Amino acid sequence: MLDLISNEGVTVEAQRLEDSPLAVRGLTVSYGQKPAVFSVDMTVQPGAMTAIIGPNGAGKSTLLKAALGIVSPLSGQVIVFGQPLDKQRARIAYVPQRASVDWDFPTRVIDVILMGLSRELGLLGRVRARHKACAMDCLNRVGMRDFADRQIGQLSGGQQQRVFLARALAQGADLYLLDEPFAGVDAATEKAIIAVLKSLKDAGKTVVVVHHDLATVTDYFDHVFLINTRKVAEGPVSEAFTAETLQSAYGGRLATAQIDQISRALG
Amino acid sequence: MSGEEFVPLSLTPLLIGTFAAIACALPGNFLVLRKQALIGDAISHVVLPGIVVAFLLTGAISTWPMMLGAAGAAIVAVVLIEAIRRLGQIEPGAAMGVVFTTMFAAGVLLLEQTDTSTVHLDVEHALYGNLESLIWLDATGWGSLLDVEALAGLPPELSRIALTLVGVSVFTWLFWRPLKISTFDEGFARTIGIRTGALGMALVITAAIAAVAAFDAVGSIIVIAMFICPPAAARMLTNRLEAQIAWSIVFATASAVSGYVLAGYGPLWLGGSDAVSAAGMIATMSGLILAAAAMFGPCRARIGAHTSA
Repeated sequence: MLDLISNEGVTVEAQRLEDSPLAVRGLTVSYGQKPAVFSVDMTVQPGAMTAIIGPNGAGKSTLLKAALGIVSPLSGQVIVFGQPLDKQRARIAYVPQRASVDWDFPTRVIDVILMGLSRELGLLGRVRARHKACAMDCLNRVGMRDFADRQIGQLSGGQQQRVFLARALAQGADLYLLDEPFAGVDAATEKAIIAVLKSLKDAGKTVVVVHHDLATVTDYFDHVFLINTRKVAEGPVSEAFTAETLQSAYGGRLATAQIDQISRALG
Repeated sequence: MSGEEFVPLSLTPLLIGTFAAIACALPGNFLVLRKQALIGDAISHVVLPGIVVAFLLTGAISTWPMMLGAAGAAIVAVVLIEAIRRLGQIEPGAAMGVVFTTMFAAGVLLLEQTDTSTVHLDVEHALYGNLESLIWLDATGWGSLLDVEALAGLPPELSRIALTLVGVSVFTWLFWRPLKISTFDEGFARTIGIRTGALGMALVITAAIAAVAAFDAVGSIIVIAMFICPPAAARMLTNRLEAQIAWSIVFATASAVSGYVLAGYGPLWLGGSDAVSAAGMIATMSGLILAAAAMFGPCRARIGAHTSA
């Protein structure tokens, strides 16, 4: 098994479940007859940025949702910081796909950020000045400070994505899971988001991103997890993100030219 | 109108109509945003077999067994809708359609096949209720509000709907934050530990209880109208959920009061002689408010639609 390789190499992989911020074992999820994710093992490395990549319909988002308990797996185990998910929810922040919510919902940007503080606020806790200050600070980090009082429906796609990221920042988590944060956003937003994610990594946090743009994988990420219903490869970008693993994950769906290009980029 | 006339004849129907309208409008806000607003329509149909079964078991038209039967049927329906939606993996509207037509048909069948045909369970009463008959004969004027003996003669519908309104309000207040978060972003809500399935079920059951209590007092027309019209009109007046809820209460109250008054006096003002159904007029007023909001409300454009990728 991949996660049982020895420590002799240059990169030291977290092997034991309790060392990993997010470890998944034997995870199988099915929406109908056909499994979307089949018997997947994943061991996320602490303090790294990991990309989950694979073709459309390969189960990337489903893997994330099952790891978070949003969809129930048929079988398998999810261990977060060495404990069951329910005990460590406060340490996880999730950024769903932007298109998964109705942006016509009657609320303002600042109220969405405050949702990230709901664990702290509890059922009936009052929103105090320090909560507002925290929310404004998170908006500032994604360059959206001036939009606090806007109705969320007035935002562009990129701005919506930044708001979602700011809500995750407000959660003050140790593990950040993002589902396609770069889908349909402008270049400035992509840059802003990656800068925030890198700052999280620098602060020792762990970041996992469902990603679809193969061209930026080597620039943005340290680790990759390739999936096509089953796990294809997992490891540091230099080892696991190769022409062979890509061919194996994407099959005929990836043009040979693309693979050549990526191989060249990888040297 | 003097207190001597107003208090015994109009005060209680006005209060009952207003409380029923607000009790339905409150959960209606969330149901509209969750695109489940037709659950009110579904509930008012599915209660029929519950009422018939309660009658068959007790052999009499008495309120409590019938309300329990109706509430039981509503809860069975809600659970069935959820089960069909999840097991069949189909959209909630389809599950609702299947359950409420089936249960309504079962109710009609039960009514026809059993010895209930002699009983007064007629359509008009079910649709419009009988708000005008809920008068307070023991009252002699405003002073009766302090008279214990007179208060004992209040129609029981008033205390039932008042209690229901308190329950619905407490539910909304207590679960405000999780309701808001899970209505906006269910996936995120689950990751922060909100049990969205249980909460959604609790919301629908709360709506069902409000519907049954209101149904008993004012008929199903008001129930269906109040779940949808005040919240939908309020949504077009504001872009904040807090303000939307407040507006929906204002609109529910305005519909109830203006509908009741117009039903009683409108025909006289127009030269007619008879009053029209208060429940029907209240529903009409809520529809007119919705139409006005749809034409003149400041927030009626789906601004979010342009930006979604």
